[in-house]
Amino acid sequence: MLPTPSTSHVDPSRIYEPAEDSYLLLDTLSSGSETAFLQQRFPPETPCPLVLEVGTGSGVVLAFVNAHAKRILGRSDVAALGTDVNSFACKAAAQTVKLAASESGIGGALLDVVLGDLASSLIPGSVDVLIFNPPYVPTEELPTQPENVADEGLSRDAEFERDSHLLSLSYAGGVDGMETTNRLLEQIPQVLSRRGVAYVLLCKQNKPREVVQQIQGWPGGWNAEIVGSSGKQAGWEKLCVVRIWRVS
Amino acid sequence: MKLLTLNFLTCAIKTCKSNPASFPLHPKDAELEQIEIDMNPIFIRNILPRLDWVALKTLSSELGLASLPEDVPTEEELMGEDGEATQTLKDLHVLLMETGIASGRLCCGACGHEYAVKEGIANFLLPSHLV
Repeated sequence: MLPTPSTSHVDPSRIYEPAEDSYLLLDTLSSGSETAFLQQRFPPETPCPLVLEVGTGSGVVLAFVNAHAKRILGRSDVAALGTDVNSFACKAAAQTVKLAASESGIGGALLDVVLGDLASSLIPGSVDVLIFNPPYVPTEELPTQPENVADEGLSRDAEFERDSHLLSLSYAGGVDGMETTNRLLEQIPQVLSRRGVAYVLLCKQNKPREVVQQIQGWPGGWNAEIVGSSGKQAGWEKLCVVRIWRVS
Repeated sequence: MKLLTLNFLTCAIKTCKSNPASFPLHPKDAELEQIEIDMNPIFIRNILPRLDWVALKTLSSELGLASLPEDVPTEEELMGEDGEATQTLKDLHVLLMETGIASGRLCCGACGHEYAVKEGIANFLLPSHLV
């Protein structure tokens, strides 16, 4: 078991805290089958892989992959980048990644955690490992994107409202819990490199098997497979991680 | 935000993606900062093939930084025979990893949209009429 990055500095009133879904991503990314797949995909002496986590939140997943890059990707010359629509999360995640990297001592290099929507500000064909723990809970409405998050001068009520809105963005997924995930899936063929691979977390209500089939039908030779799951018995929130990659 | 990050970022507006003028984003009124970071020579060597050298030269000249060599340095220019990091490699580490934009704006050369950088964090969220 690789150590889980510390997130004690993360303010749970406005940033999504590490939860069962985050831990499933950690377990999946460090599993024997995924480390073997990734190490075969990114052999040492090839150009540095760029790891992008979309919607980093607390930063626990990106911090884990970066700090344990040597064990997961078989190399520590890895560049880590994050995006989030929540500016508090951007700051907290950068701190989480730096803390975990200094503890491991052999981690990859954090570039930045930028404020942004999904992978929309990334150069086409640049991302080698994309990770997304989306807002996957089915909800009647999808919260609006923040345009600018004001830091100061808010009344306590306004601040509470803003923080609730920021938190809702981390879980509320709209129809089938898939509205945000579908927008990310649309970006994948453009943003992933030729050797790129994406890991997307889904819950049962997202109909993961249908999602896998859809991806397998994308033009240009794509494959998808469920490579990790949890909560198989009683929990209604059965989670899984789908790996998406180009086969040709 | 690190200069290296700018090597991977472009305008968030969909229609700009196919326009070569959208990369690199051009810093405006940039206040720079230096943050010391441990050097990983292997990282610098293996990130080099991923850099758009022309774009990096444009960026460093727009920011008033020391000019870069005309061509991408070769492996011999980065590491001496003894495996020691050369000055060229150290300079690249400083430029890519330690030099950052603390505040300012990043301007798209295609559509002219400007993204603010505050406290070292670039804001790529678009106003709703541009999404």
